[in-house]
Amino acid sequence: MMTKIFIAGFGGQGVLFSGKQIAKNGMNNGKEVTWLPCYGPESRGGTSYCSVIVADEEIGCPIISDPDILFAFNLPSFDKFESTVKSGGTMFIDSSLVTKKTARTDVTAYYVPATAMASDNGLTGGANVIMLGYFIKKTGMFDKEEFVSHLVDGIPASKAQLIENNKKAFELGYNYEM
Amino acid sequence: MSKIVFQKPKALTDAPFHYCAGCTHGIVHRLVAEVLDEIGQMGKTVGIASVGCSVFSYNYFDCDMVQSPHGRAPAVATGVKRAHPDNIVFTYQGDGDLAAIGTAETVHAAARGENITIIFINNAIYGMTGGQMAPTTLPGQVSATSPYGRDVHLQGNPIRICEMLATLDGTAYAERVAVDCVKNVNAAKRAIRKAFQTQINKEGFSIVEVLSSCPTYWGKTPDKALEWLRSDMIPYYPLGVYKDKTAQEDK
Amino acid sequence: MAKVLMKGNEAIAEAAIRSGCRHYFGYPITPQTEVAEYMAKKMPKVDGLCLQAESEIAAINMVLGAAASGVRAMTSSSSPGISLKSEGISYLAGSDVPCLILNVQRGGPGLGGIQPAQSDYYQATKANGHGDLHLLVFAPSSVQEMASLTGKAFAIGDKYRMPAMILADGALGQMMEPVDFSEIDNTVAAEKDWAACGHGDKRKRNIVNSLYIQPEVLEELVVERFKKYSIVEENEVLYEEYMTEDADIVLVSYGIASRICKSAVAAARAKGIKAGLLRPITLWPYPKKALNKLADTAKQFLVVELNMGQMVDDVKVSIECKKPVSFFGRTGGMLPDPADVLAQIEKLAK
Repeated sequence: MMTKIFIAGFGGQGVLFSGKQIAKNGMNNGKEVTWLPCYGPESRGGTSYCSVIVADEEIGCPIISDPDILFAFNLPSFDKFESTVKSGGTMFIDSSLVTKKTARTDVTAYYVPATAMASDNGLTGGANVIMLGYFIKKTGMFDKEEFVSHLVDGIPASKAQLIENNKKAFELGYNYEM
Repeated sequence: MSKIVFQKPKALTDAPFHYCAGCTHGIVHRLVAEVLDEIGQMGKTVGIASVGCSVFSYNYFDCDMVQSPHGRAPAVATGVKRAHPDNIVFTYQGDGDLAAIGTAETVHAAARGENITIIFINNAIYGMTGGQMAPTTLPGQVSATSPYGRDVHLQGNPIRICEMLATLDGTAYAERVAVDCVKNVNAAKRAIRKAFQTQINKEGFSIVEVLSSCPTYWGKTPDKALEWLRSDMIPYYPLGVYKDKTAQEDK
Repeated sequence: MAKVLMKGNEAIAEAAIRSGCRHYFGYPITPQTEVAEYMAKKMPKVDGLCLQAESEIAAINMVLGAAASGVRAMTSSSSPGISLKSEGISYLAGSDVPCLILNVQRGGPGLGGIQPAQSDYYQATKANGHGDLHLLVFAPSSVQEMASLTGKAFAIGDKYRMPAMILADGALGQMMEPVDFSEIDNTVAAEKDWAACGHGDKRKRNIVNSLYIQPEVLEELVVERFKKYSIVEENEVLYEEYMTEDADIVLVSYGIASRICKSAVAAARAKGIKAGLLRPITLWPYPKKALNKLADTAKQFLVVELNMGQMVDDVKVSIECKKPVSFFGRTGGMLPDPADVLAQIEKLAK
């Protein structure tokens, strides 16, 4: 079993962070994982993306050209990568910023207005975590409690508010009904 | 019974110098060795040989030595000193090595306040390669690559190293001396001694620029060469202390 | 010990510290800067030194000084910066001073690009500095190997008094994978009785030097060094074979490209094509014997690299041109897809 996840958006939307969370949970569940970011000038304010693979077996190529799962956090990413998703694959789309629907009928597409939900709830910058919450709910890829604890385990106790905000954002996404 | 009134410093090996007749490298080697004898820490001293006429200096100083690529001696010295902060580390470099190809390494070692001592031989010429123009060759001075005299509009201006390094906060001690006469040789030894003491006191970067002669490639007899050093070099490169943090602290 | 999720660049830095390296000298360049940043954070906590030099040239010469004085020292850079280090690398080799040099390759020549490439193969294996010399060259293909080969490079470098290079690339440097640090080689080097760290009035002075003005002396020294190199070639070759036993088509590939090949080989097998992969882990010494042996059973070879075919000649020489060798690669920072490599395999299988 091998799951290839491609996450794309603007720099600053927490694209790389989201990928790391998935990779970390994979590792802690005894899976083989790779996380490959884009880097260099294009990651400064422009497009940001990363490839995450979670597998039971040794991972050969860490580069993803046909993802099982696509996260599209902005319109350019959606336009660019919509067609790459494997038939039968899944898309998680931030519908606040991606104003169109996919024309593909062979994939499952979830539209979550994550950016709007974040700002409505005073969680600016939390759209990625909202989306992760929804992703965990829909895929059941990892245990919810475990995922949340990994989400905040790098945050020092002195930043209690940040821990709270992350948990809140995750719950918002987890409980979202499309 | 005879009494020893003059002997070779212990810090020098028995290897005979390869320098040309009348060259002042021998004097400066001896001064450095006398100072090292007086400090009495040869077992903790590491010298860095550079590239130029003094390339074989690793044959002459009786301490551990590392041979450096051209111009990189201050970087090599940095590596040794950072790995062994209690060692006494010095470089011995000429003007092409220090002020042309190694300018960046020199300036940044000084800026970092690297606790090393640099003995800088300025004879205004490339000796080892046969008398070409150096970064310190004087305006108008004839060399193999400035056969009509150094034209500053064509070939640029000489660099005054001590003045330049004195502007850097990391430089603890910078003095220019000459070895053209007994009085100045004695002053040069005092400066070298002070430079090493600055390092031993962990005060930072120390450099002694020694105006030296190159009779062979200046095309002069040894005594005429020393005369030219006095008449032409010293006015362009005034002798003196350009930076002395210890003195500033004393005030 | 639990695994840690880490970038390749960070894994190398951590492994170096665990292998006893306390002296790092660097200069920023993409895509390897995380090494310096990690060192800057961690070295002060282990009484070590991370010094940002004024240039790659100064950094490698600081390594020369530190390593010549007997400590484990390293530097890291990416392709253009490695060119600048070539001078110092030659002096290190000529003075028999061991150290570690990391090249996280990017596309070239010139300023090139910053995406992953393997176009410094010639430089690393044939000409990393002037003179008759070899470096130990390790080519990791995973973050775990970035770490484990770091320990090995220090240990083998010390053993033979040779500079060692880890030849990685931007993808390996930037990607994260789980790493287990429990098996990092931290063999303490035998006492370096040749080092210039002060004779302490207890021994003859040491001179770390690469200048030998008499040709007969220099020749003898170089010949002696090459005897050492032949011992290294005999004893220190590392490689991995994947499905080669019955392979008709043997892919030869290293580093990140070899992982793409592994996926392609598996896909080819699924289609009934007998493909296999030989992955050199040391690029010098090169797995000549293993390749030569495969030439007796395989029908053909396919070299896959992120360059224009720099390793092809090494494969041809190793197999004494007994079988045809073809090449597939991308360059300039482009990575092939496993499907691209599979297409090549299928073409050859026809």
